[in-house]
Amino acid sequence: MIPAQFDYLAPTSVADAVAALAEHGDDAKVLAGGQSLLPILRMRLNAPGVVIDLGRIPELQGVSEDGDHLVIGAMTTYAAVLASEAVTTHAALLSKAIATVADPQIRHRGTIGGALVHADPAGDVGAPALALGAELVIAGADGSTRTVAAEDFFEDLFATAVGEGELLTQIRIPKHTGWGAHYEKFVRVSHQWSIVGVAATVRSEGGSIAEARVGLTNMGSTPLRARSVEEALVGQPATDEAVRAAVASVTDGTNPPSDLNGDADYRKHLATVLTRRAVLAAAGA
Amino acid sequence: MTITEDRPADAPTPEIGKSRTRKEDQRLITGRTRWTDNIQLPGMLHLAMVRSPFAHATISAIDTSEAKGSSGVVAVFTGEDLKDIQGVNITAWPVSAEQKSPDHLPVAVSHVAHAGEIVAVVAARTAAEARDAAELVDVDYDELPAVLDLKEAAKDEVLAHPSLGTNTSATWQLDSAGQGSGGDIEEAIATAREGGILIEREYRQQRLIPAFMEPRSTVVDPTGEQVTMWSSTQVPHVLRFCIAATTGLPESKIRVIAPDVGGGFGGKLQTTPEEFATLAVARKLSKAVKYTETRSETMVSGHHGRDQWQKLTLAAEKDGRVTGLKVELMADLGAYAALVGGGVPVLGAWMFNSIYKFASYQFNLTNYYTNKTWVDAYRGAGRPEATYAIERLMDELAAEVGVDPLEIREKNWITHDEFPFTTVAGMTYDSGNYEAATAKAKELFGYDELRAEQKQRRESNDPVQLGIGISTFTEMCGLAPSRILGALNYGAGGWESASIRMLATGTVEVITGVSPHGQGHETAWSQIVADKLGVPFENVEVLHGDTQIAPKGMDTYGSRSLVVGAEAVVRAADKVIEKAKVVAAHLLEASVDDIEFSAGTFGVKGTDKGISMPEVALATWTGHNLPDGMEPSIDADATFDPDNFSFPHGTHLCAMEVDTETGASTMRKYVCVDDIGNIINPLIVEGQVHGGLVQGIAQALWEGAEYDDQGTLVTGSFVDYTLPTSADTISFITDHTYSPSTYNSLGTKGVGEAGCIASTPAVVNAIVDAVRSFGVNDILMPCTPERVWKAIQKGRSVPGEGERDAQPHFDEGVPNQDPGAAAEGSQA
Ligand SMILES: Cc1cc2nc3c(=O)[nH]c(=O)nc-3n(C[C@H](O)[C@H](O)[C@H](O)COP(=O)(O)OP(=O)(O)OC[C@H]3O[C@@H](n4cnc5c(N)ncnc54)[C@H](O)[C@@H]3O)c2cc1C
Repeated sequence: MIPAQFDYLAPTSVADAVAALAEHGDDAKVLAGGQSLLPILRMRLNAPGVVIDLGRIPELQGVSEDGDHLVIGAMTTYAAVLASEAVTTHAALLSKAIATVADPQIRHRGTIGGALVHADPAGDVGAPALALGAELVIAGADGSTRTVAAEDFFEDLFATAVGEGELLTQIRIPKHTGWGAHYEKFVRVSHQWSIVGVAATVRSEGGSIAEARVGLTNMGSTPLRARSVEEALVGQPATDEAVRAAVASVTDGTNPPSDLNGDADYRKHLATVLTRRAVLAAAGA
Repeated sequence: MTITEDRPADAPTPEIGKSRTRKEDQRLITGRTRWTDNIQLPGMLHLAMVRSPFAHATISAIDTSEAKGSSGVVAVFTGEDLKDIQGVNITAWPVSAEQKSPDHLPVAVSHVAHAGEIVAVVAARTAAEARDAAELVDVDYDELPAVLDLKEAAKDEVLAHPSLGTNTSATWQLDSAGQGSGGDIEEAIATAREGGILIEREYRQQRLIPAFMEPRSTVVDPTGEQVTMWSSTQVPHVLRFCIAATTGLPESKIRVIAPDVGGGFGGKLQTTPEEFATLAVARKLSKAVKYTETRSETMVSGHHGRDQWQKLTLAAEKDGRVTGLKVELMADLGAYAALVGGGVPVLGAWMFNSIYKFASYQFNLTNYYTNKTWVDAYRGAGRPEATYAIERLMDELAAEVGVDPLEIREKNWITHDEFPFTTVAGMTYDSGNYEAATAKAKELFGYDELRAEQKQRRESNDPVQLGIGISTFTEMCGLAPSRILGALNYGAGGWESASIRMLATGTVEVITGVSPHGQGHETAWSQIVADKLGVPFENVEVLHGDTQIAPKGMDTYGSRSLVVGAEAVVRAADKVIEKAKVVAAHLLEASVDDIEFSAGTFGVKGTDKGISMPEVALATWTGHNLPDGMEPSIDADATFDPDNFSFPHGTHLCAMEVDTETGASTMRKYVCVDDIGNIINPLIVEGQVHGGLVQGIAQALWEGAEYDDQGTLVTGSFVDYTLPTSADTISFITDHTYSPSTYNSLGTKGVGEAGCIASTPAVVNAIVDAVRSFGVNDILMPCTPERVWKAIQKGRSVPGEGERDAQPHFDEGVPNQDPGAAAEGSQA
């Protein structure tokens, strides 16, 4: 399929990129890995006049450490995140979730920033970002930056706190060193988007769960955090029985879609089963 | 086992039976080859199609002015502009004389009957410009009510084609009492209702989309004496015929070339609106043009497969001996009668009875039109549907009788000493050995161990249950004896043609009328000819797929290429040898009767005198010293029309693990032992079996075309049409038994469709077997986790409800309705 014609810009700094965005307004679209944007352009669901490629901006690339935070550039590819030892050590949940995204080709192109801004509720990066309490750094047109908590970042289907003329530049993740983690993704074929996904990370102490964080994929119009489950898990032993009871409230406040892969009730049922499995796996049980 | 002949000790090892890697693979895998879309001609224009977004509408106006003014655009044509030359997409198989077939115009003129139908064509200097301009064509539609559901269509309340007055295309029946091949079905049912077993079920064959790897593409060059069309097709010869029959172009003015074609699975056994539209535009503009579809276009415009409701009544005695089978089939043709179209379900008519000895049988078919994409052949075409039904029913019968499903099959199948066997449907199966294939499969599978594990999981209430699915299938392929096709009202014959040219320098050209698109014919035919003529494998060139090079042929589908097409090659080779013998005898100064041909050498009996095949070919070419009056040629043609189909069979065993908490099914083990007679190239055969298995498994688990209430294809891309990849499959265990066909000299049977025909019921039987103890006896395909989980929930809450919901029992007052059946069917 052939997209409609557009002009192509490839700025080499965030400042230039933001300036270009300011100049072209809503006629411009930012290109990261292109794994969501290009299908949209090719199917002519959108036809921007200008495409601004972020691929040549070095400051948006790579993983670094900043005290008790990991800092991941928005243009870091899934493959690069997976290859990062810092991420595996301090934010294992993110690695585990990203390992389930699509297939190796897409993971070598798609970026963590693109995924977060695209904000598909079936995408696998939102739930772990939420569970890990990530902070998103956004650059504005006037050269300023602001930081938004993951909780406030996802606004709706395909809608985030990144406004017109803004760029997501960094993802800052509080280190969860020593936490067990598991991402339970439910699909029918391996390269599919999540029908339901559950991201769970757990700090164990003396055989029981000291702290837990749980994020849900595709259980509403945004990724969701299951706070009631997190609270119920504190102090529980990592046994099937205890965890089963603690996760019972996981579907509270969810509003999953109904489609060919399953209706909302089935998704709710899945979320309950998958959350138990994810927590038990994260706790090493 | 391979063909064995007495050979001298020093003869090279036979090519037949060798696992040769395919000679065509290097260029295909590297893409340095002639896919249609790779073809570039000087000054060639590119086309884009404007397609109807509506499932059913009349076209009130089309404004092309803005598109015509768009950059790079050369012309924009509507159906009205092309109507005198565009021809029509015909059906080759009106299944009855009364069949109603709406005209299928390549570019619609006033009425569209499915979403995706072409309403205008843009020709521009580049494909991008054509696409841009297509967006600017302004079409006014008056929407009409659309009929989308097959059962709704049967009511004739909303009509897919109001001008036909009905949605019924045709009806067709095969009745064993009527044709004298068996007893009366109603009697068998009545007897079973009294004191035997009656199994009544309704199964759904969901709609599938043939997902060939290479999208369809057509290039037409109208500038020569002949109009040349390159197209990504399985059927260049059929295409040429259909163009000549409907466009006014003389057949002799048309050359059709199928260059390398990247898969078809029946999806390119079609003559398409796109091909006809491309031809019409090229002729209008007197310029070469190319059209290559996008995947999204394939999904809505390339024909779909399957789509049936099957109402089935199986009669048996109390001990499980089958007595009768009645089939009432509703088939959805989509918007038009496609090339084979209405005939596809007819091909299943002889296969519902399968390998079992029914005494009476009746097959009733009604074909309907709906406002959806047209339906035609898809790998197996008619036989997978039939095999699914009977293999599911045999499991249900076993459950009813309370015995192992293999036991019920054994009780009813044709034993190996009963061949040749004429079935209740009237087909004569020439050879087979169901006992041998089953014994081998059981052993490879570890049948008894898996049954023991299943029992243990059931007893311990394991959240993951194990099920074992069986499919002891047969099929009829190698289409087809021309007389039978004639009797069935099919528009063409089923013969195949071959020529062999013995070149002066010792190499050989083999021309075959079949048209491979990924099967590896070039390799297999080379192996056969190398053995036959005693020339090296490398010295054989196989030519095909061009009506100028291979003028006669019926092309490739229905697992026919080897059993019909290669048999023609064998017969041409025999003629070459006979002609060459005369030359050899002359050169060796011996009597023709004393000449023996072996391993490429003509020898004189009882002497060490001899002359090689290439030497004879050279001598023939120079013509210097030939017998008086002999025509200086040892080349030969042959046309082969088989007397019967070939009947491959096999035993497929599948173990599925079902996670009862989520409904997810995971394949644990898959064993198949196929009997396809003698094997030319085991590697190619294994590839065919693997690919076929995955396609059949995909029907059971993953694939299904779904429409919304507006008639829009919801599964319009691979995001929603969930094709599996290798990551979703396991390693299969494949093996063979060998019962050679008696209808061709190589003893081969077709293998192209076998895996796809056999595997679907094996998988669904396994899933149902895993959850039968919850009161489930059917799950609609694809067996999504949601469907499996819901069936378990229903079955659990009300014993017997699981199946009732998933698979509705027959309505009150409908023939064959057995009020007791629902209760009978709900056994644990
Ligand atoms: C076949 C296939 C299967 C897939 N399966 C999965 C899956 O299983 N799970 C999953 O999570 N995802 C899946 N994806 C999506 C994939 O993860 C995408 O890569 C991701 O959603 C978008 O990342 P990208 O870098 O490609 O962004 P792009 O496609 O380039 O951009 C996406 C959107 O974000 C905007 N954008 C990108 N970067 C920025 C930025 N820094 N600031 C502001 N706006 C920005 C773009 O303008 C665009 O609107 C799949 C994709 C494909 C093609």
